[in-house]
Amino acid sequence: MKPKTADKIATTFIVFFALLIVAILIGLLGYILVRGLNHISWDFLTSAPQKIRAGGGVGPQLFNSLYLLVLTLLITVPLGLGAGIFMAEYARPGKLTNFIRLIVEVLSSFPSIIVGLFGLLLIVNYFELGFSLISGAIALTFFNLPLMVRITEQAFRTVPKAQKEAGFALGLSKWKIVTSVLLPVALPTIITGTILSAGRVFGEAAALMFTAGMSSPRLNFSDWNPLHANSPLNPFRPAETLAVHIWKINSEGLAPDAIQIAAGASAVLVITVLLFNLLARYFGRLIYRKLTASKRIN
Amino acid sequence: MRGKTNKKKIEKHHIEDLVGRIYMSFCVLLLIVIIVSMVYFVASKGLANFISGRVSLSDFLFGTKWAPEADTPSFGALPFISGSFLVTLLAALIASPLSICAALFMTEIVPGWGKKLLQPVIELLSGIPSVVYGFVGLSVIVPFLRDTFPGQGIGVAAGALVLSVMILPTITSVAADALASLPQNLKESSFALGATRWQTISRVILPTTMPAIMTGVVLGMARAFGEALAVQMVIGNAPFVPRSLFESASTLTSVITLSMGNTTLGSTLNNALWSMALVLMLMTFVFVLLVRMLERRNKI
Amino acid sequence: MGTAAAVRESFQTENLSIFYGTYEAVKGISLPFAQNTVTALIGPSGCGKSTFLRSLNRMNDDISGSTTKGSIWIDGVDINAQGTDVIKLRQKIGMVWQKPNPFYKSIYDNIAFGPKYHGIKGKAALDEIVESSLRRAALWDEVKDRLKDSALALSGGQQQRLCIARALSVNPQILLLDEPASALDPVSTGKVEELIKELKEELRIVIVTHNMQQAARISDYTAYFYLGSLVEYDKTEKVFSNPENQMTQEYIMGRFG
Repeated sequence: MKPKTADKIATTFIVFFALLIVAILIGLLGYILVRGLNHISWDFLTSAPQKIRAGGGVGPQLFNSLYLLVLTLLITVPLGLGAGIFMAEYARPGKLTNFIRLIVEVLSSFPSIIVGLFGLLLIVNYFELGFSLISGAIALTFFNLPLMVRITEQAFRTVPKAQKEAGFALGLSKWKIVTSVLLPVALPTIITGTILSAGRVFGEAAALMFTAGMSSPRLNFSDWNPLHANSPLNPFRPAETLAVHIWKINSEGLAPDAIQIAAGASAVLVITVLLFNLLARYFGRLIYRKLTASKRIN
Repeated sequence: MRGKTNKKKIEKHHIEDLVGRIYMSFCVLLLIVIIVSMVYFVASKGLANFISGRVSLSDFLFGTKWAPEADTPSFGALPFISGSFLVTLLAALIASPLSICAALFMTEIVPGWGKKLLQPVIELLSGIPSVVYGFVGLSVIVPFLRDTFPGQGIGVAAGALVLSVMILPTITSVAADALASLPQNLKESSFALGATRWQTISRVILPTTMPAIMTGVVLGMARAFGEALAVQMVIGNAPFVPRSLFESASTLTSVITLSMGNTTLGSTLNNALWSMALVLMLMTFVFVLLVRMLERRNKI
Repeated sequence: MGTAAAVRESFQTENLSIFYGTYEAVKGISLPFAQNTVTALIGPSGCGKSTFLRSLNRMNDDISGSTTKGSIWIDGVDINAQGTDVIKLRQKIGMVWQKPNPFYKSIYDNIAFGPKYHGIKGKAALDEIVESSLRRAALWDEVKDRLKDSALALSGGQQQRLCIARALSVNPQILLLDEPASALDPVSTGKVEELIKELKEELRIVIVTHNMQQAARISDYTAYFYLGSLVEYDKTEKVFSNPENQMTQEYIMGRFG
């Protein structure tokens, strides 16, 4: 075969496969949205699920997912910032740093089901927190922490070194430089990364089945005292999330409209993740502008 | 130093730095404690059956019969181990060529709008939660396979197809980064010799970036091997060593997902499931090791 | 070389050597810096003059693998000795770099940040420091109406003067300038040079420069570095009109470097 012909054939193949991936995404999103959007209504988003009858909603699950996400970020962000700042600004090259880097890498590669099992053993059983939001949030912290460390480290590494030197020359302590000079510059990147990781947390199910549980008590949405058993805010109650709910109705759903509910819930999940993506971009830009007090970005 | 400074006053900046260091040390220490206790608990639970002698290691690893509730229970995990490896390898075989083509499309064929088109596609694909992949697999891929091939549609083929889409973004983004970091003059000298684009790609670009692309493939395989719910939803969950791609089968993750909730802590069955978790964890170490080896090769 | 350290200045180095690993980048240099003078450090790239300058406020501490031997005396205290409170020390020694590096904050916050940290309280007091620092850096008139704007929106020359104002805001006794005008246009360079001459009335200045005319224009003393060693040090007029060393003469005449 002539090289020219081979070149044409190969190029055609490459373009075909690349476009095939685009088609897969469009098909996937299209399928989820077309099948799901029909089923999404205000009622579907707010009412409780039905076990056997049709017409159940995903209200508690949606709330659980969002609340769990908030709890998880409340734990993960400060921890990830601390470890990430250490890696970026304090760790000197050497065995300890390499070891921590390896740990972060291994922890981020662990299958989420293992994280869930570990959570079941340690948090649910050993620390007797039971199937609860707080157990789920801790398990998701194990799952999300390495990512948070990396996001922070990379964000700090993009800050020009001259910023740090300028701070030193003014006689600031290193910690003050980190928190008041470097962090504001790194923050947009960190926030963008955090929101993207929030999408991952929001869709996670395997780590939650054995920690946050697969059931939700009857919630009283007029009782916002976190200490009451039926309050939505009570962190010690079991909480089935949207992602876990999708899995459950696909595996053991008894309601006649189980497949429609799964489709609707999937669409809600995907739309939320898409929103997180958009939000990440928007916030990154907004906060950068605010912190640098600049009217234009140069 | 003069007498006045002998009595060291603790200054504000010293306290600040100390507080910062304590806070960071706590975070790093916690990270270490998490990983150490995770390895310890999974290992001690996973080895319990073998240490107490209730199940022998070889029966577990090579036994093909999984009958935990029979009168003489047997805990052969080969059906799950082989299922996991099979879906992972198949998924990598399907996804790798597609991903490499996508990466070439983004960096070599139409670097401008190719990247603009595929970058968001890749990001969105990686953002879709795994249960949604499982749901779509169950309602699209499984019926399709059922109509096209013999069998019920569920099985290794369905699992591998779902996983391959899930690992596309991982491989593509790593491969695209590798291709983009290639020095420009390497390509130019090949073009200057009169080589066509495909000759340049196949003889210069791909061989040089192969270790980096393989890193992406290994990372994708690690994700596929550990994925639980999406696979569990489409593979059928029959505890047999797969003899056909279109028959119900199981993986390590799928059996853990299904059975863990119904067992009591400390029972032989429960511990056998932990042994499978240990296998998953050891495979994670293997994948991390492979990635590190490939990265080292890539540096040279 | 013998002229150095003849009279003990309140700020001077003594036998200062700086190593990167085993490589000796600066070799046993003793230099005095007199009050109300500008000392220019000149020499070809890689001669150690910038490394030397950075060691004067212990900026090299943060580079792993670098070690410093010898002494740096300030008011009778060796700040290179162990146990020096480096953070406190740096308050006394301001520094400005080749590329302007304002904080990603407003013009006002760039100046007020240091004083606020060092304990100045109250808006009135801070306002006054901001105004006086900007005035001393000849920037006040250009920015007084937009103090809340980002410092990054300023031009390169303005940014550099802002960095000088920031350094002045904590009242240093010494100002270290690392090629402060080399990234600027001629007009901005002129302004910065003018500023240096004015500032030496209040403090002492050490400047690294590649620009011979600049060194001749603004400095009182000149030190010529070559390969980490101090080749010649004297009054600037003497170094530029009648240098003792052949190498110095060739460098100044532009024969190499």
